[in-house]
Amino acid sequence: MSFPLKIAGAFAVLAGVGLAFTFQRPPITTVQRGYRGLAVEVNYNNAALEKVRAANVVPAPEPKQDPAGQPASEVYQNLKVLKKVDANEFLRLMASIATWVAPQQGCTYCHNQDNLAYDTNYQKIVARRMLQMTEHINTDWKAHVAGTGVTCYTCHRGNPVPKYHWFNVGDPVPALAGGMAEVNQGKNLPSPVAGYSALPYDPLTPFLEQAVSIKVQPTQALPGTDRSSIKQTDWTYSLMMFISNSLGVNCTYCHNTRAFRDWSQSSPQRATAWYGIRMVRDLNNNFMDKLKGVFPATRLGPEGDVAKISCMTCHQGVYKPLFGVSMVKDYPEIGAGGQVDTTADIGSVNDFKQ
Amino acid sequence: MATYQNIFNRVQVRGPVETVPVPHGDSARFGKGGFSYLLGIIGDAQLGPIYLGTAGTLSLIFGFFAIEIIGLNMWASVGWDPVKFVRYLPWLALEPPAPSYGLHIPPLAQGGWWIIAGFCLFTSVILWWVRMYRRARALGLGSHTAWAFGAAIWLFFVLGWLRPLLMGAWAESVPFGWFPHLDWTASFSLRYGNLFYNPFHMLSIAFLYGSAVLFAMHGGTVLATSRYGAEREVEHIVAVGTAYERGALFWRWTMGFNASAESIHRYAWWFAVLVPITGGIGILLTGTVVDNWYLWGVKHGMAPPYPVYPSGVLDPSLLPGAPK
Repeated sequence: MSFPLKIAGAFAVLAGVGLAFTFQRPPITTVQRGYRGLAVEVNYNNAALEKVRAANVVPAPEPKQDPAGQPASEVYQNLKVLKKVDANEFLRLMASIATWVAPQQGCTYCHNQDNLAYDTNYQKIVARRMLQMTEHINTDWKAHVAGTGVTCYTCHRGNPVPKYHWFNVGDPVPALAGGMAEVNQGKNLPSPVAGYSALPYDPLTPFLEQAVSIKVQPTQALPGTDRSSIKQTDWTYSLMMFISNSLGVNCTYCHNTRAFRDWSQSSPQRATAWYGIRMVRDLNNNFMDKLKGVFPATRLGPEGDVAKISCMTCHQGVYKPLFGVSMVKDYPEIGAGGQVDTTADIGSVNDFKQ
Repeated sequence: MATYQNIFNRVQVRGPVETVPVPHGDSARFGKGGFSYLLGIIGDAQLGPIYLGTAGTLSLIFGFFAIEIIGLNMWASVGWDPVKFVRYLPWLALEPPAPSYGLHIPPLAQGGWWIIAGFCLFTSVILWWVRMYRRARALGLGSHTAWAFGAAIWLFFVLGWLRPLLMGAWAESVPFGWFPHLDWTASFSLRYGNLFYNPFHMLSIAFLYGSAVLFAMHGGTVLATSRYGAEREVEHIVAVGTAYERGALFWRWTMGFNASAESIHRYAWWFAVLVPITGGIGILLTGTVVDNWYLWGVKHGMAPPYPVYPSGVLDPSLLPGAPK
């Protein structure tokens, strides 16, 4: 084989490997969702879609129970947030939570096996708050979850700690050169959150925990009013890449890309997403961050913060979590206007034991 | 008889090294010159001797400083880890100062290095331009290549210095880094409301694609007529021969008109040069004269309205009782 042919062969192999590991193979299914000719569409990779569908199947609900006719608080000790739930329904809900959250560990992941009423495990305290959060989402955030609602399973999917949680990112490269070298810019490293671009690697802290403004495009043609910077745009762009990945959709699912900011040219899903961002901020600040004293140090992130919620936590790569199948309709006690006491004190570890 | 071609055959020209005397007052050239088989595959097999001169030497020194400052800061950003430096190199960058510094000189760690690296790189590029201009003159040529390079320097100059100066912040400029400077172009377009509605961006793209078309037409014509000696096109500009006439005839048959051996090169030069010239104007107007190119396009009847979604959507933040 001649030398140039060898060189050409080497390039062909390199390009082949690159293609095999970075590109998806056809066929692709394209669904048009808006006016023609604007690429306002959703693209599905058929081969990948089968996997995604299999990973997002809703478990069968526990069989319905006849009501006991008395609230759980009259039958069981030390109830705080589920006092009003019917006693039989309470047992059914407990069994469901075990399969949704801790199928391997079972009841004792939260409960003391000597006496299920004891508050010896921090998990039980967290679970109370999470029940309040579920009720809060289903009742107060209908603008985002509509009537579909959420249950523990929407995030947990059989994992005691939901797979897609996140922590604040401090300095990703410990022991930086220091001295006169350039300080950490929060970007310019491979960012898994932003599709492995060099964009900011932690857009979640400013936008999904803090309430930094996402808007960067001016509302008038000529200069004078908008002080947004290109660097600021990097952060917004990074967040949008993350949302796109989380929902398994491209930009045009929500935006007309010729004018990203223009609501009149956006899809109704953009408004749903807008409420979703506010919902996640609310949940992270008022539920997750408030649990800081409850979690043991091993459950905290490198910056000492509590695991937090993002779009990915529920959506897991699907435009509607679990393809829009409502589980909460079989568990009305945790649904909109349900029976969870959202203002009850959740207690603390070892408050109640003998 | 063996024909001498690059890329498609192995016949290479060998002989005494071609050289010309250096004009009076210029420094001598480095090396004696030699031949390389690999270079002979893609072009002239002769390598060297090389002329550096004062401008060239200074250009290399300033260029070295710029690359060194950028590279060392990149390496520092991965904690001096050599493996990470190589793995993450396409992602690493030296970032311009934060917007809060405006046009002030920030501390080295906060963007000061970026200013120094930018100064060194710009000086290096200008000195290389001087060297290019002087060599063209020394060989008795026109200065076309120097001015073409100057057009590219104009775009670099606008992006890195002139526009940030007019905007009042170094932060408006581009990071030094592979992926980061590409991300910058996307963020730049997003921040200023879609650069595709910038008429000078349109012109720049038209000249860019036009350059590609002209290059393909001209390259194709010359290769197709090379069996009649058309690769000696420079001679053909003054002495018309069979190959040129066949090429001209081909285009006259195909589209009724043909460029001349001289005019085709003027088209190509101007198309190429106008890519960065119009592009630079477009960049310079962005943020200084127009803040949102899409809305500017709407204002001037350039962006047609169409029903994207029949129902239309309202900004939720404007609804009563909206969350923050």
